[in-house]
Amino acid sequence: MNLENVLLVGAIVFAIGLYGALTKRNAITVLMCIELMFTAVNITAVALSRYVIPAAIAVNPGAVPETAMQSLLTGQIFTIFIITIAAAEIALGLAIVMAIFRNKESVFVTDATEMKR
Amino acid sequence: MIPEIVLWLIFFIPLGSFLIIAGVIRPFFNRYAFAAGYLTIAAMASALVISIIALASVINEHAGIEYAAHRWLDIGPMNITIGITLDALTGIMLVVVTAVSLMVQIYSTAYMKGDKGYARYYAYMSLFTMSMIGLVLASSVIQIFVFWELVGLCSYLLIGFWYHKPSAAAAAKKAFIVTRIGDFGLLLGILYLFFNQDTLAASGLNSLIVADVNTAAAAGIITSGVATWLAVGIFAGAVGKSAQIPLHTWLPDAMEGPTPVSALIHAATMVAAGVFLVARFFPLFEASKEAMAAVAIIGGVTALFAATIGLVQNDIKRVLAYSTISQLGYMMLALGVGAYGAAIFHLFTHAFFKGLLFLGSGSVSHASGGTFDMRYMGGLRKIMPWTYVTFLIGSLALAGIFPLSGFWSKDEILAHAWGNGDTVSRTVFWLGLIAAFMTAFYMFRALFMTFEGEFRGGAAKDPNAEAHDEGETHPHESPWAMVGPLVVLALAAGAIGFIVNPTTSLGIVPIHWFTEFVSGHLHHETPEFNIPVALISSVLALAGIVLAYGMYGVKRSAIVSPADMGRWFRPLYQLFLNKYWFDEFYEKLLVKRVFYRGLAQGLDWSDKYLVDGLVRVIDRVGKGTGRVVSHLQNGQLQGYGLGISVGIVLIFGIYLAIR
Amino acid sequence: MILGAGTEDSMVIDVVFWTISVSIIVAALAVVHLKDLFRAALFLVVAFLGAAGLFVLLRAEFIAVVQVLIYVGAISVLIIFAIMTTREVEQGNPFNRLRAPAMTLAGLFLAGVLFVVFATEWNILDVAIANGTFSADTTQMIGETFTTTVPRIAALLIRDYVLAFEVASVVLLAAIIGALTLMRDR
Repeated sequence: MNLENVLLVGAIVFAIGLYGALTKRNAITVLMCIELMFTAVNITAVALSRYVIPAAIAVNPGAVPETAMQSLLTGQIFTIFIITIAAAEIALGLAIVMAIFRNKESVFVTDATEMKR
Repeated sequence: MIPEIVLWLIFFIPLGSFLIIAGVIRPFFNRYAFAAGYLTIAAMASALVISIIALASVINEHAGIEYAAHRWLDIGPMNITIGITLDALTGIMLVVVTAVSLMVQIYSTAYMKGDKGYARYYAYMSLFTMSMIGLVLASSVIQIFVFWELVGLCSYLLIGFWYHKPSAAAAAKKAFIVTRIGDFGLLLGILYLFFNQDTLAASGLNSLIVADVNTAAAAGIITSGVATWLAVGIFAGAVGKSAQIPLHTWLPDAMEGPTPVSALIHAATMVAAGVFLVARFFPLFEASKEAMAAVAIIGGVTALFAATIGLVQNDIKRVLAYSTISQLGYMMLALGVGAYGAAIFHLFTHAFFKGLLFLGSGSVSHASGGTFDMRYMGGLRKIMPWTYVTFLIGSLALAGIFPLSGFWSKDEILAHAWGNGDTVSRTVFWLGLIAAFMTAFYMFRALFMTFEGEFRGGAAKDPNAEAHDEGETHPHESPWAMVGPLVVLALAAGAIGFIVNPTTSLGIVPIHWFTEFVSGHLHHETPEFNIPVALISSVLALAGIVLAYGMYGVKRSAIVSPADMGRWFRPLYQLFLNKYWFDEFYEKLLVKRVFYRGLAQGLDWSDKYLVDGLVRVIDRVGKGTGRVVSHLQNGQLQGYGLGISVGIVLIFGIYLAIR
Repeated sequence: MILGAGTEDSMVIDVVFWTISVSIIVAALAVVHLKDLFRAALFLVVAFLGAAGLFVLLRAEFIAVVQVLIYVGAISVLIIFAIMTTREVEQGNPFNRLRAPAMTLAGLFLAGVLFVVFATEWNILDVAIANGTFSADTTQMIGETFTTTVPRIAALLIRDYVLAFEVASVVLLAAIIGALTLMRDR
């Protein structure tokens, strides 16, 4: 297990999520795929946070101040915010899907074409 | 020596009068509009007093008085100043403007009585006097231009004073537009000075100060070629304002305004502003032979040409209008042949006797119920003796009969032109001489038609008159407020010529005082009084008077009937009567054909098909592109997502490639 | 010294990592390809749990817990709830016409990311510690940081990132109101 391997996993999951988000007709599946992409990004961020030396520490490795330690956790902080946004996104996304379903009796993205020219 | 602040008062007193009338009396106390008249008269009187003091001060100093210019605007390296020039020319113009203005204001209290626009009239008159004083006092080119346009504006306002009359409104517009054509030339001249100030700045001169421009021209800093173009530009402005050929058509129409306005603005002062302008830039004109020749020839031709039209007019004010054009031509002619002093002298005398004649015509029209058509006058001599006598003096002065003022000034111009001896001067001398004959004829034709014979009904008979009285018109002498100024002006017209510019020393007044005084700084020789020239012109003038008497003076059976004359010289008669078809030429050919059909329609076409076409092409391209591209907007969310992703991958790829 | 550092080279850790990784990838593929939406949702849960496992391996225990609580506990339930409501549980997961271009695009994207991942010279923390780049104090501090993440994250959130934290709360509030507005019976 090393950084490259974790990033490889993250990239593959992201690519799968992207492929699914672009190709599935069911809006709920699309949302699930987007969640997959979020998760892939989270994995990447946490992995980078764990393995890569932050600039604040790398700049002067001989005498690292204690305050520089917090930059080791930047990726994790990012992840927390991404999770927050993902939660908000899924709530709204599902609400929209339900609203469309109520109106059109369909959850297919391809059927919601009111905004075309 | 007069302090500068006092000189500014001459300018600010009429301005204050204007502001009080326009800002207080007219909007709030229009019931007491008569106060406006008295206020204006008081203002003019005080301005006249100060002007006389200023003139006396110049006489005492024997030279112009220099005042430091005030900085007004600094734009980069250029600075525009305002200030006062007080020299002989300014002093005389100040006195002329304020004196004639005062007479006209007094006259107007009676003439304009009962008019609904009484306060407005006096507001405009004050504004005009203020502008005219500002113009003659100006020391910088910018100042000159500002007041030049202001007097043009006042002229417009006063010609169109009775704006409810369509002909007056049209005449006002015509005056404004035609003079504007000349003003464009003046503006070009000023712009040239404006953009080429480095040339003068190198010698420590400011190109926007008149005196500096003249110094530069005299010293050769402005080369002759440049001086020609500058002078031509300035002269174009003068041609417009002084109604010289070919921009003269507005002045006869300007007679639509009230008669005192014609007397003050369109005879005595504003139209003389063109002459004043050329005189102001005289050293600049002198630097260019071509410019001088142009001034002389335009002036000479105008003098004759306007006189010929004046021969056949039936409207007394139009006769006087063409006479004014002709006399202004005389002044231009004089300037063109270098007779600077004589030109200003003629301007000076002309202001008084032409103002007098216009006021006289107003008095006559007042008596005969509002018409200006001489065919419906006649026999007024016994009814209005004061008007008759003063009008006679004015006519004699204008005709140049010894010893009235016109004789001296006109003669000096002719003597000067003859004395020069070159081709241009000789040519304009003959033009001027013929014009002198015609002047005498048309003036006395007007005099006889108006005052001799039987009364022919006045306005009641005139089908074109504005105000039809009930029943017959009963002619009567005008009130004292009108006669008084006539008498004062008649005295001036009669005596002033000899008194200020005598041919022999008169004790306190030295010989040729006026000419020497005015042109002293230019170091010109004043030619001796030329007896043969004076004799010839006097004989011609007398001949004109006699011919007029023969045709119009004798009761009923004229020795030579005007109708016969009309038949004998039919083509000429038609030519004069139709004013050389100038109006038709401008109106029908220039405006309608060249400008409207040629230029305007061409531009219209290009606007419709080139400009609009271009716009339409752009419109179609945008619309077409939009129509094609809009097919991509198919409502398929994932299609959009794919597009976004492709974009991201492209940016990613480009970044990797150029990294 | 990071707690457990070095053990990552051990076979056990590698086996665990690859097991989790493969199961995440398989679960992700299943989410995309399964026709049964309900099962797809269940595989999504598997993927989320796998990600939580990876977080544990990556010394981010707090994130792992949050991942389980929010994704597995809340979001998955929400998705399943939506699937049940829309009644298209079976046969309800077809593809659209963009499969080929999307596949190509995802492949290109993957290739690009992998190129970056493997072409970059990463500045790895463990390597630096093993080489003794840091002083003993620093090494110890780094180790403490990774073993006591929760108080440190808490301190960071309410100190350095407090603005983002507050904004996030506003975003959540807006999302709640938005969702309620959308779903309200009119």
